[in-house]
Amino acid sequence: MSFLSSQFMSATFDGIANGMIYALIALALVLVWQATHVLNFAQGAMAMFSTFIAFTFLEHGVGYWPALLIAIIFGFLVGGAAERLLIRPTRGKPEINPVVVMVGFLTVIEAIAAMIWGPNSRTYPSPFSQIGFTVGGTTINFSPYDLYTVITVGLIAVGIYALFRYTNLGLKMRASAFAPEVARLLGVRVSRMLTFGWMIAGAIGAVAGVLYAAHNNAGVYPTNLDLVFVFGFIAAAIGGLESPSGAIIGGLIIGLVGDYVSSYYSSGLAPIAVVVVLIIVLMIRPQGIFARPAARRV
Amino acid sequence: MITVTDLSVSYGAVQAVKNVSFAAEPGTITAVLGANGAGKTTLLRTISGLVRPTGGSVRLGDRELTTMSVEDITMSGIAHVPEGRGVIAEFTVDENLRLGALWRKGDNRPAIESMYELFPPLASRRKQHASNLSGGERQMLALARSLVARPTVLLLDEPSLGLAPLVTQGLMATVRDLTLRDELTVILVEQNARGALSIAKHAVVLYLGSVVVSDTAEAVSADKDLRHYYLGMAEQ
Repeated sequence: MSFLSSQFMSATFDGIANGMIYALIALALVLVWQATHVLNFAQGAMAMFSTFIAFTFLEHGVGYWPALLIAIIFGFLVGGAAERLLIRPTRGKPEINPVVVMVGFLTVIEAIAAMIWGPNSRTYPSPFSQIGFTVGGTTINFSPYDLYTVITVGLIAVGIYALFRYTNLGLKMRASAFAPEVARLLGVRVSRMLTFGWMIAGAIGAVAGVLYAAHNNAGVYPTNLDLVFVFGFIAAAIGGLESPSGAIIGGLIIGLVGDYVSSYYSSGLAPIAVVVVLIIVLMIRPQGIFARPAARRV
Repeated sequence: MITVTDLSVSYGAVQAVKNVSFAAEPGTITAVLGANGAGKTTLLRTISGLVRPTGGSVRLGDRELTTMSVEDITMSGIAHVPEGRGVIAEFTVDENLRLGALWRKGDNRPAIESMYELFPPLASRRKQHASNLSGGERQMLALARSLVARPTVLLLDEPSLGLAPLVTQGLMATVRDLTLRDELTVILVEQNARGALSIAKHAVVLYLGSVVVSDTAEAVSADKDLRHYYLGMAEQ
């Protein structure tokens, strides 16, 4: 029994892998929030549906990677469609309208998924072993699949950072988020940028859904991402909702806290502990840990 | 050349612009003057497409602008520098300038570098966030950001707002020089009538949305009653 296989480290490893999936949902929420200042309550359900689409292709003999690609494309399109068809008509209306619409969309998606695929959990295949690595003769609670999860999320985070920081498209997206009217006056087609933000969020959500479906054999069923969405939402709130890097770190914090509490107390307490963390963060820093103070607009 | 004909704009029951007509010619500055609420900003916002008119037309050459989207109007060469400058505080100086030229295909770097030459204070702060700039530097940045796209028409909304008199003077001189150099058609909205009239060729005075006078800048400057009643300029 080495330190690496201790209860603490086991919980830490599992917390990192879980946290990365929450981080992806949080990242999707942040992208949507930045684009349209809407909380997409259907983000988890959209991800679940994308995962089921991939699952259907898998059942028909398509491989893991092509199926993942199909899920990503589907998530991309559903994200765009949701913005165009559901969010755009609520623009200029009370802020509660998009919230109600997306909660309704969440219910509808889960119901349709249950009608097509049934309510039972389906096993989603894993492209890598879920058995922990062996380090110095002891097996640790971190598997090749967990490593795949961490690397995938890391690549997506770096990709999003590079998009915003170094590309003209990212510059236009940020301008559309910060100052839509000014952006239009500079020739940026703002409404396209907002749709594109939702599309990327939908695609990222689809990756999260597929990663989660095989993670510890969680499986895919109509409500399988409900709790993941709540954790992802809390991660985004802790990170400050405006900050992609905050979303990633928020996801990690939530993953670790959840796993420590599960490991040392009881898994039933984990959601409560996570909400307690949220309450503490919001009491000390209501704008979230990583939000920059609102820039002065003179 | 920008031709505004019988332009009317309403916000609900309030008519902000009433049957306004005037023309702005290339290589000249047309000053639009008047007190708060005279409809100056609404007029500019209508020309750039942010506000839809209830009647009348705005033409660039023989192209009708009132049915075009804001983005398409911008891409036809009309640059609107909004009131309050509209510099994106979260962006660096360089990012603001890059954004201004994005719709222009090809390499915009030379245009951006020429703006740094024109406005040296911006060059030394290119990596800083625009939130760190002074009021005068922000106005320079807003102006430069519009110019990198090489527009033919420049709509300036209260560029002197909140600036020290000396800074305003420098800015007005720059606008005048650029207008002559690049044959720009400039529509300059100002509450600071004296500054605007000093560089304008033509002046349009608005009162509660209607044109009171449309004449040469000299004639408007010379009209005592006009200065007193509509422009709030003290007698000298």
